[in-house]
Amino acid sequence: MSYQLQFGSVLANLDELLDGAATTLWMGAATILLGSVLGIVLAILRTSGPALCRRLIDGYVEIVRNTPFLVQLFFIFFGLPSIGIRLLPIEAALLALVFNLGGYATEIVRAGIESIHPGQIEAGLSLGLSRWRIYRHVVIVPALERVYPALSSQSVLALLGTSVVSQISVVELTAVGNTIQSATYRAFEVYIVITVLYLGLAFASRGAFWLIGLAAFSRRRRLGARA
Amino acid sequence: MNSRTFSWTDVLFLIEAARWTLLLSAIAFAGGGVIGLATALARTGPSRLLRSLASIYVEVIQGIPLLALLFLSYYGIGILGINVSPVLAASLALVLNAGAFLGEAWRGCIEAVPRTQWEASASLALTRPQQLRYVILPQAVRLAVPPTVGLMVQIVKATSLASVIGFVELSRAGQMLNNATFKPFLIFAVVGAIYFACCYPLSKLSGRLERSGNGSRSPVKGF
Amino acid sequence: MAVVRLSKVSKAYGTHQVLREVSFELEKGRMLALIGRSGSGKSTLLRCMNGLETIEGGEIEMAGHKITQGSVSLRALRQDVGIVFQQYNLFPHLTVERNVTLAPDVVKGMARDEARALARRVLAQVGLESKIDAYPDQLSGGQQQRVAIARSLAMAPKVMLFDEVTSALDPELTGEVLKVMEDLARGGMTMILVTHEMAFARRVADTVGFMHHGRLWEFGTPEQVMNKPATPELEGFLGAVL
Ligand SMILES: Nc1ncnc2c1ncn2[C@@H]1O[C@H](COP(=O)(O)OP(=O)(O)OP(=O)(O)O)[C@@H](O)[C@H]1O
Ligand SMILES: [Mg+2]
Repeated sequence: MSYQLQFGSVLANLDELLDGAATTLWMGAATILLGSVLGIVLAILRTSGPALCRRLIDGYVEIVRNTPFLVQLFFIFFGLPSIGIRLLPIEAALLALVFNLGGYATEIVRAGIESIHPGQIEAGLSLGLSRWRIYRHVVIVPALERVYPALSSQSVLALLGTSVVSQISVVELTAVGNTIQSATYRAFEVYIVITVLYLGLAFASRGAFWLIGLAAFSRRRRLGARA
Repeated sequence: MNSRTFSWTDVLFLIEAARWTLLLSAIAFAGGGVIGLATALARTGPSRLLRSLASIYVEVIQGIPLLALLFLSYYGIGILGINVSPVLAASLALVLNAGAFLGEAWRGCIEAVPRTQWEASASLALTRPQQLRYVILPQAVRLAVPPTVGLMVQIVKATSLASVIGFVELSRAGQMLNNATFKPFLIFAVVGAIYFACCYPLSKLSGRLERSGNGSRSPVKGF
Repeated sequence: MAVVRLSKVSKAYGTHQVLREVSFELEKGRMLALIGRSGSGKSTLLRCMNGLETIEGGEIEMAGHKITQGSVSLRALRQDVGIVFQQYNLFPHLTVERNVTLAPDVVKGMARDEARALARRVLAQVGLESKIDAYPDQLSGGQQQRVAIARSLAMAPKVMLFDEVTSALDPELTGEVLKVMEDLARGGMTMILVTHEMAFARRVADTVGFMHHGRLWEFGTPEQVMNKPATPELEGFLGAVL
């Protein structure tokens, strides 16, 4: 016997699939934005905050890195209501996604901050800038520039990872696929289309990160060279 | 269904299920290791065709969610007319996934061996396979240990997604137990703790190996 | 009888012509010292002679092996032509013994005992028999370079190439390496070396070649080349280094 691939009934649902892809995209964008900010804040606290704060952040990072995202998601969506925190699927999904990316981003940005030579902070001090401005210009921005590639590829992983929230019935790309396949019985074709859409999103976002990096850091380098 | 209480037998049930998590991880690591090595060698090798094929493989796998890969594998095997067992479908997807990540990491390790080592061994009339076997790979392996241990953590966690195609491993067992007991907070905390117990020692080991200078620095990545 | 024969060898990196029609011959048992400014193409020439770089034109013949444009089979050639690099390039994960015996073992299939005896012999030749079980990072630069020479010798090459083998060494360590090379020359080895050690070249080499802009600009006995430069380029170079 041979199986005939038929995409007709799948492509008839292209609108829904594109809607799903749009949801995936904005969820991914929100996750990347909030997760990166969380990571940067926690990385700063981790490198220059009080001891207790550092230990809490270490604990958080270790939990994120050493448990699966699916379990984190289930704990937040199914577990939290039993202590009175009731969340809509989309809220639980975003919370879990940001929680997850935040952990990785903290670790990445911390490594960047620690790789910046302490000598540069002293150099800034002697110019008489205020402490925070020194810190920002001499440590944070160079650190971010250094870890930008790692942060970008982690962000692409986070974008792809949003597919997991289909498991708590958030209607994003994968969930739309699940629905279509149970209606059309064309499961393989559905997931091929889904996969192609994800590939498109992944390549597009890699391209976007590359452009953003180019714009953000080459401009800074020009300014730095003039100063 | 009435909820029953959550007891020590349930914890045992989860630990039993964790054995499947570890088994699936072992399969993914072993199969992924073979594919990863082939990929790394192809990407650093002289054949243009193999280089492109290997890099397309890595780019594509790293550009699609593991969940989609699992579904593709599950329904794809079904089309071939083979009776789809979840463990087969899950193994295939996880092996392909691990192969790409290991291949990419190991390529970096091979490239980190100085070019002069290739030249020195070539000028002694070693063939390319001999260069790899006696000179390049032994040095690359040392660099590869920390990132590889780190990727093992990613693999263990990735197996949790096999639950979506019906493979009963730790996460799936947690969901089943939750359906029976309605104690999600406790159950998913215990499930998470078991994963943590498997992964944390590996993470620590990887970090320590890396700091001891015994390997290349790799950015922490995962999901 | 010439064991090294180059005719009109040319090489370019992209549009940058690095070697321009280099031709010369070297008799068996002779030592040629190549001198010249940085970037004049000395290393490139040496690397072409054992196939580490490809050539775009001309022909090289080393100990009976021909290299032309697009040559691929280099293993036979490399068994007869050894090269020693400025940065030693020992295999850091292997002992001195294994560094020396690796190629005889895997390329020539030499038996273990025989290989060990060979290692002892070539290490004795460079005065390092006692270091046979050491790892490269336990040795000084001079010692590492002598091991690199022994490693090359173990393949019993007919021609040996040396690319600035003392340039990475502290002055007090260059002597021990030059001594080993002088012994080799006296033993009848055919050698081509790129060097900045003018006194050594003058004293030990039979022939000196001056490279300039990718050409073999002057070529002759040390006496001719170093005492009676025929061109202002060589005169300028000698004035700068002597
Ligand atoms: N891999 C390469 N790609 C492009 N250009 C190269 C490469 N290797 C060498 N060159 C160029 O070829 C020219 C000759 O280089 P070569 O190393 O042979 O000089 P050299 O005489 O050995 O100099 P030095 O005394 O500094 O070692 C130089 O201009 C160099 O920049
Ligand atoms: Mg040179």
